[in-house]
Amino acid sequence: MIWEVFRCERKGQPFEHAGSVAAPDADFAEAWAREQYGRRGESIALWLVPREAIREVNDWADEFDLKYRRVDGYSIKARLKEARERTEAHAAAD
Amino acid sequence: MSAVEIRDEQAFLAYVQGGGQVETADWMPEEYRRLLIKFIEMHGNSELMGVLPEREWILRAPTLQRKLALTAKVQDEVGHAQLIYRVVEDLGKPREQCLADLISGKSKFHNVFHYPTKTWGDVGVIAWLVDAAAIISQKALLKCSYAPYARIMKKICWEESFHILHGRDVILALVTGTPAQFELVQEALDRWWPPLMQFHGTPIARAEDPMWHWRIKSQGNEEARQQFLEGYVPQIRELGLEIPDPKLRRRDDGVWEYSEPDWDELRHVVTGHGPLTAERLAFRARFLDQERWVREAVAA
Repeated sequence: MIWEVFRCERKGQPFEHAGSVAAPDADFAEAWAREQYGRRGESIALWLVPREAIREVNDWADEFDLKYRRVDGYSIKARLKEARERTEAHAAAD
Repeated sequence: MSAVEIRDEQAFLAYVQGGGQVETADWMPEEYRRLLIKFIEMHGNSELMGVLPEREWILRAPTLQRKLALTAKVQDEVGHAQLIYRVVEDLGKPREQCLADLISGKSKFHNVFHYPTKTWGDVGVIAWLVDAAAIISQKALLKCSYAPYARIMKKICWEESFHILHGRDVILALVTGTPAQFELVQEALDRWWPPLMQFHGTPIARAEDPMWHWRIKSQGNEEARQQFLEGYVPQIRELGLEIPDPKLRRRDDGVWEYSEPDWDELRHVVTGHGPLTAERLAFRARFLDQERWVREAVAA
């Protein structure tokens, strides 16, 4: 059985995925994880999660083209350039 | 684009060459998987075999403090092997198979672990300079395109930095000791310099290195060797030690020139013909067999 190991380095920091251990049950998984991810005091806490228990979400359908809600939905470079040139042209004409 | 959407080799290659990283469950070309297993497995083998030259000195280490430090280091390196084999397992090759291939000589381990440790000076040189050479390669792996490997490398590099300091401390104690102790270090350096110069491999162009092609490695062999020379030659020389290479010099443009390492020796040694290859593999085989009952008891 594979257990994913997440470790927290300091109080208040997020738990980060560190690696995994192969162990027949939770107690063995804890023993291996303590050895490999905590014995030097490099973690204040560990989370051990059976790999099968993880529900991963990685498909991000965007059928309504919602990019107007994100930064990458706006490309202002060309228009900004145009606007600046326009300002300069007006200043030159005056 | 996320790697999970990629299903063809060209797009995958462009993705990793552009700095993209791949997770275990993502689709990957068979060639990429094969090279990953080969590379990471050899790293695991090297960690596991790398403890043997130092293990031989635990009982002979000069003080209790040195024995403890050496034991801790051996424990760390075995731990690294466990982490690394776990990554290989997720790529599809079981640990038992890795160990069987190591013992039968089908898979390789690093050249430096095929040589004897004659004196306590050798232990210092290994702990300082072999680890220094290794950490240069390992730091470059923090950017590996295969993310699970890059993540465990963080922990490994963190522990290696203590190992280097331990090695430097051993060397400093000797070079500030009696003339005989100083000579012990110089002799060990003379013996270890050629394998150290071979350590990062032949100066194959980055573009021709398949490991670079797939961004498994993020630097070329020669770049790593140059980094080693730039960082460590001054540190060796400031201790009054002499490097046994009359051609070694730093050019005005910062590139190090050195005598051509013996690439035939490197090939010969890593293909299982090093001075202690057979003896160390036999040792590994004996313990693997002797401790089978532990693995079986845990799995039961």
